[in-house]
Amino acid sequence: MASVFTHEFNTPAYKGKTSFNTGLYIDGKFVEGSDKTTIDVVNPATGKVVTKVAEATVKDVDIAVAAAHKAFETTWGLNMGGAGRSKLLAKLAQLMEEHQQELAALEALDNGKTFTWAMDLDTTFAIDTIRYYAGWADKIHGQVQETDEKKLSYTRHEPIGVVGQIIPWNFPLLMMSWKLGPALATGNCIVMKPSEFTPLTAIRMCELIHEAGFPPGTFNLLTGYGQTVGAAISGHMKIDKVAFTGSTLVGRKIMEAAAKSNLKDITLELGGKSPNIIFDDADLDQAVNWAAHGIYWNHGQACCAGSRIFVQSGIYDEFLSKFTEKTRSLKVGDPFDVDSYQGPQVSKVQYDRIMDYIQSGKDQGATVHLGGDRNGTEGFYINPTIFTDTTPDMKIVQEEIFGPVGVVIKFEDEEDVIRQANDTVFGLAAAVFSQNINRALNTAHRLKAGTAWVNCVNQLHSNVPFGGFKQSGIGRELGEYALHNYTAIKSVQVNLGHVM
Amino acid sequence: MSSTVKIPVPALNKEISVSTGLFINNEFVPSVDSAEVIQCFNPATEQVIASVVAGSSKDIDVAVAAARLAFKTTWGKNVTGWERSRLMNKLADLIERDKQELAELETLNNGKPVAVARDFDIGDSIQCLRYYAGWADKITGQTIEVDNKSKMAFTRHEPIGVCGQIIPWNYPINMWAWKVAPALAVGCTIVMKPSEITPLTALKLSELVVEAGFPPGVINTVPSLGSVGGAALAAHNDVDKIAFTGSTITGRKIMEAAAKSNLKKVSLELGGKSPQLIFESADLQQAAAWAALGICYNTGQDCTAGSRVYVQDSVYDKFIDVLVSTVKETVIGDGFDNNTGGGPLISKAQFDRVWGYIDAGKAEGAKVVLGGERRNTKGYFVDPTIFTDVDSSMKIIFGPVLSIGRFKTEEEAVALANNTTYGLGAGLHSTDASQCMRVSGLLEAGTVWVNQYNILSNNVPFGGKSNQEYTSVKAVHWNIGEKLQWPLSL
Repeated sequence: MASVFTHEFNTPAYKGKTSFNTGLYIDGKFVEGSDKTTIDVVNPATGKVVTKVAEATVKDVDIAVAAAHKAFETTWGLNMGGAGRSKLLAKLAQLMEEHQQELAALEALDNGKTFTWAMDLDTTFAIDTIRYYAGWADKIHGQVQETDEKKLSYTRHEPIGVVGQIIPWNFPLLMMSWKLGPALATGNCIVMKPSEFTPLTAIRMCELIHEAGFPPGTFNLLTGYGQTVGAAISGHMKIDKVAFTGSTLVGRKIMEAAAKSNLKDITLELGGKSPNIIFDDADLDQAVNWAAHGIYWNHGQACCAGSRIFVQSGIYDEFLSKFTEKTRSLKVGDPFDVDSYQGPQVSKVQYDRIMDYIQSGKDQGATVHLGGDRNGTEGFYINPTIFTDTTPDMKIVQEEIFGPVGVVIKFEDEEDVIRQANDTVFGLAAAVFSQNINRALNTAHRLKAGTAWVNCVNQLHSNVPFGGFKQSGIGRELGEYALHNYTAIKSVQVNLGHVM
Repeated sequence: MSSTVKIPVPALNKEISVSTGLFINNEFVPSVDSAEVIQCFNPATEQVIASVVAGSSKDIDVAVAAARLAFKTTWGKNVTGWERSRLMNKLADLIERDKQELAELETLNNGKPVAVARDFDIGDSIQCLRYYAGWADKITGQTIEVDNKSKMAFTRHEPIGVCGQIIPWNYPINMWAWKVAPALAVGCTIVMKPSEITPLTALKLSELVVEAGFPPGVINTVPSLGSVGGAALAAHNDVDKIAFTGSTITGRKIMEAAAKSNLKKVSLELGGKSPQLIFESADLQQAAAWAALGICYNTGQDCTAGSRVYVQDSVYDKFIDVLVSTVKETVIGDGFDNNTGGGPLISKAQFDRVWGYIDAGKAEGAKVVLGGERRNTKGYFVDPTIFTDVDSSMKIIFGPVLSIGRFKTEEEAVALANNTTYGLGAGLHSTDASQCMRVSGLLEAGTVWVNQYNILSNNVPFGGKSNQEYTSVKAVHWNIGEKLQWPLSL
């Protein structure tokens, strides 16, 4: 019998209770893992274990895939029309809304982000994403193509089948909604692996998915490790597509496994080292605020973080001064304090990685302009950090740190800064600040990135596509574009008179 | 200041209350300058059930001003797609909550059976609102490559503005939803004039508009005579678009008024004299069932009613037999009676019109193979009537009166079908796929049904064959598995 996690939140930001089954969710039931092993869930604010959840093994992947296929052939796939899928997704969104505070609290407990951010952004955006895709479910259109009057030629946009989805720990619930929404809206069945670091909200969602009325097997959740469950999903012969958000390193492994197994379709949302270019003619105060949001949002744990901040020389000193003051004002504290801006990093592993990068910056001769150290003595807290006096070849300039560490770089020449901005294997996002519309748009158009922000950073909407150029990924999520990730195009050609 | 009436429902021993003022700016108000009222009848009993305020052309001015203000301040470009979606979904939820009572009110005023009103009319209306709610945050334009150095070109799909909407009496709630949903989804504001024969459910739905949380002025409801309120809307210089469903005669007047005033955009859903073709390879049992549905559904008061059926010579006699025995099963009666499949005609005027056609048909020598006899009871009941050997009557009857003709060849069938100024719907029954494809391509109608009839979906376009820009959109519904049982089991 799988166990139950019960927790009482008694904090300034939130008071409430949660209690839910922590088993794997397969074929509409909560079960233990095949090996009956568990994974510890750690609260990064304290470093202590809060509960254990069931661990899935490779065997459980097979069981889940079989259940998903059965559902696809009988109760889901093309057996459930778009209007039906729409209704269930809308119901799920409604249930998420009813439990929004509980979900936000679980997210803050598990991930370390503040309850306020989890409420105002993560859960709100996740609900909106599910609602948005509920609206697409009955609008999956193909085309009729004109060939000649003796033939009827048309396309069907069919669901792919059973899709594997592997999501990261930085925005657990939000990433779940970005994957679940379009896949279910188009009629696929899902085998999902949440991050072993942050499984709680995904597990809690299973009860809501069940209550909403999704048929057993349409959605299956396997909490497990990347090297076991993640690898099994990407190499599975009976999974027809895998979608992954995470590091570029792991993204490669997934693409390799897909190639070596059954050439399954892949979409990848990977890392970034996104440039934020601030010209002399920017609105300086706004640029400062946005730049801070660009790197410190979610404790720097965002794939699209504007981590390389290029500032034109004319405003460099003033920018740095104001940006430092702004950064200093960001309060690092307990996720459940109402005035905390930034909580702990998600895990010890991440904490160590970031501190290593900070050390490498110091070793390679960069200046620690602000921060660069731990905050407090308990939990994985790092002070917002600013590096200056860097050179392009430094690790902190080239590699993705994934922490609250910004690099501020002075530039002179417009051509040169665009070259520097594009001189990276990544291409997820970029931002440009200028009040000159021609300069702003021309720069945005020349930046090799999947999202180019003009006078803003880190803004996302459920109907605007998001994804990477180059090694930042393959494919686009959100918007109508995400539907393409989960549909197989079939051309039907009906002969009505050609004689052979 | 508004008044509420309580309308008794004798069959169910209850009362339904309805606000009877003009619904403007989220309030029910009296007319600014008129004391006229509109009397609403129950077509099954011929009794008056309620009186509502009749709007004057000055009231239309007030409503249009309210809609314009809302468009400039709280709606139009001032509201996000997400918010429009949220409100529309909320409205759909409320209609679902109140569907039983709304159905009973619809039956009282329109006559159709309660179960049909609830499960079909209102069921479809809820789905329609939800469908368009899903579009509200997906109104996209395009970026267009001109040259990549000096220009950035893109399109925005912006709301038109204040829309006048005039709806008919045959599907009061359903037509309300079809008009309101897409207009709201894209951000337009509305002045709705429901039919003067059936204004009650539009008023009741207006109460739900308030409860859902729409800002004042987004939807306004002004019951009024067509010649007063309808004409005022069509000619109004501050209405940006008029959408009308009703008779072709009135449609012309509206288009004229639009042309003479401010060249407002016009969309019209008008009449039809839709044909069904029965080919010799057809499954005759099924074809008969669909033909029965085509003429009996909503007691023939449907713009796409399949009122002309042409049967291939070789199966003519057999088909007539099957058709008559199928249509015979149709029960026309009081909408509150559970056994009723179809209600009375909507009004005395329609009743007299339909009987006029039946009498004329008999006088011209057409053969009556079913019906054609008056009842001796109260209520505007007309039993299904089938004429054969008809000399191609081309007038729209809008009642359960079917004309049957015959043809030899496919070419003849298509010519007979297309020999009309109308082009709303058409149906064909055949198991020869190539024939289905050929004939559906040749039929000049906005919707062609293959081995089916009358079944629509919210996500499939519907309209008459008329020139919009440079292409005409034809929707083809090709049935590949649904079997129909007539009468419908409700």
